Amino acid sequence: MNHEIFEKNVILLSIGILITVAVGGLVQIVPLYTLDSTIEKVDGVRPYSPLELAGRDIYLREGCYTCHSQMIRPFRDEAERYGHYSLAAESMYDHPFQWGSKRTGPDLARVGGKYSNDWHVAHLIDPRAVVPESVMPMYAFLAEKELSFDTAAAHMKTLRALGVPYTDEQIENAQADLLNQANGDADEADPDALLARYPKAKIGDFDGKPDTITEMDALVAYLQMLGTLIDFTEYKPEMDYR
Amino acid sequence: MANVEKDALTGTETTGHEWDGIRELNTPLPKWWVYIFAASVVWAIGYYIFMPAWPTLHDYTKGILDYSSRAAHRAEMARVAEARSVWADRFREATVDEIAGNDELRRYAMAGGAYLFADNCVPCHGAGGQGGPGYPVLADDDWLWGGTREAIEFSIRHGIRSESDETRYNVMPVFGDDYLEDEQIAQAADYVLHLSGQGGSDAGHELFVDECSVCHGEQGTGLAEMGGPNLTDGIWLYGTGSRDDVMAQIRNPKHGVMPAWEGRLDDVAIKQLAVFVHGLGGGQ
Repeated sequence: MNHEIFEKNVILLSIGILITVAVGGLVQIVPLYTLDSTIEKVDGVRPYSPLELAGRDIYLREGCYTCHSQMIRPFRDEAERYGHYSLAAESMYDHPFQWGSKRTGPDLARVGGKYSNDWHVAHLIDPRAVVPESVMPMYAFLAEKELSFDTAAAHMKTLRALGVPYTDEQIENAQADLLNQANGDADEADPDALLARYPKAKIGDFDGKPDTITEMDALVAYLQMLGTLIDFTEYKPEMDYR
Repeated sequence: MANVEKDALTGTETTGHEWDGIRELNTPLPKWWVYIFAASVVWAIGYYIFMPAWPTLHDYTKGILDYSSRAAHRAEMARVAEARSVWADRFREATVDEIAGNDELRRYAMAGGAYLFADNCVPCHGAGGQGGPGYPVLADDDWLWGGTREAIEFSIRHGIRSESDETRYNVMPVFGDDYLEDEQIAQAADYVLHLSGQGGSDAGHELFVDECSVCHGEQGTGLAEMGGPNLTDGIWLYGTGSRDDVMAQIRNPKHGVMPAWEGRLDDVAIKQLAVFVHGLGGGQ
């Protein structure tokens, strides 16, 4: 039997393993890029605004995904509790996606708009202040920590290299848009320009501290838009059966 | 490879490998394992035929059954809706008061409302509707925007200071920002405390009538149509009703936000909730 050749030659063995694993990988990965039905064609999904993007970074940094999924599966119990099942299109600008695989806390795919900003802030500062049985850690420091957003434009450029269709205009206005969204009530704010670039963006002083833009502002802005971009009253599910 | 030899003790063939005189048996796989493996291969071929399986260039093979988890989900949800339609149709046609007036419908509303309340309302209003700092108690008879079933239904449907076009909305002015003097604010706070019998003084009566009565009523008993809170009942949304709390709210008022639930919850669910919340103890 010829497998003795592989067993006695570590280089050949490595190459053999590589080829075998590569075949397995390619069979699973390549069709996702060639299939027309991988990502649904729906209206409304847009890239994240700079503030939402900053909030998403905090979501990743704090490891929210280790306890919260963002993937409503097409099951009755999930639809009854969380709403319409998630579409691939809803996370097509996520790098990486936040579907998660663990639900110590509830799914967050459609948490946007379910609670008030004040509630999110109170809950993040001390979850047990509003949900006595919660086991979520406290994130009170987010309200104290000023958001660092010097790299907002660079971050968007990087994402553009990965295929997120940020326009030059969006990248140029990254700082202004971020300030606008977090200081919605301020005099110099220009919400129309922001909303033209990022429809349905939630504008406001999220954390109740109008003087500073904190990490809390960014995270709440991100949470408040989750799952809100697609108008499901217009959505035709029959088009996307799979 | 060495010649196939049999181990003398077990009668099993060896692999021919030998390390320092130790040889390896080539024990055949158990028969049950081989059969299951073969059956799995046959199953896989059947799966290719019946179920969606192989990618083609831009599409994939649908299989004879043309199964779709999303279609199956929609079919299940349609069956659920069908089973519920016995009740749901009656709910859609009835007003919340009619629902509460009918024993059957009220029981259905209270049972379903309990689940909906736990899922959607408890995070802010508490497990028994006991409220919290900034979140109104739903189990007492102090209502900001009215405690009739219809008023409650409207509040749930459109929210308070929400994004709905029909949202309930009011804003208490900032009285502290050079509008009222500190002494006037203190006077107003004392009058508010006086209204609920918590000390204070009635020296600020005129000030109250001028500045506050438009929303809170001349007697301070509140105006539900404007969402003006009753100030005479000793129930406080922000703080515990200390003089400092009242002054802080006059100086730079806090405002709560309740999301509009229309769209997230359907008509039947909203009506169930309205009846349930009304039944928590304080409905009017």
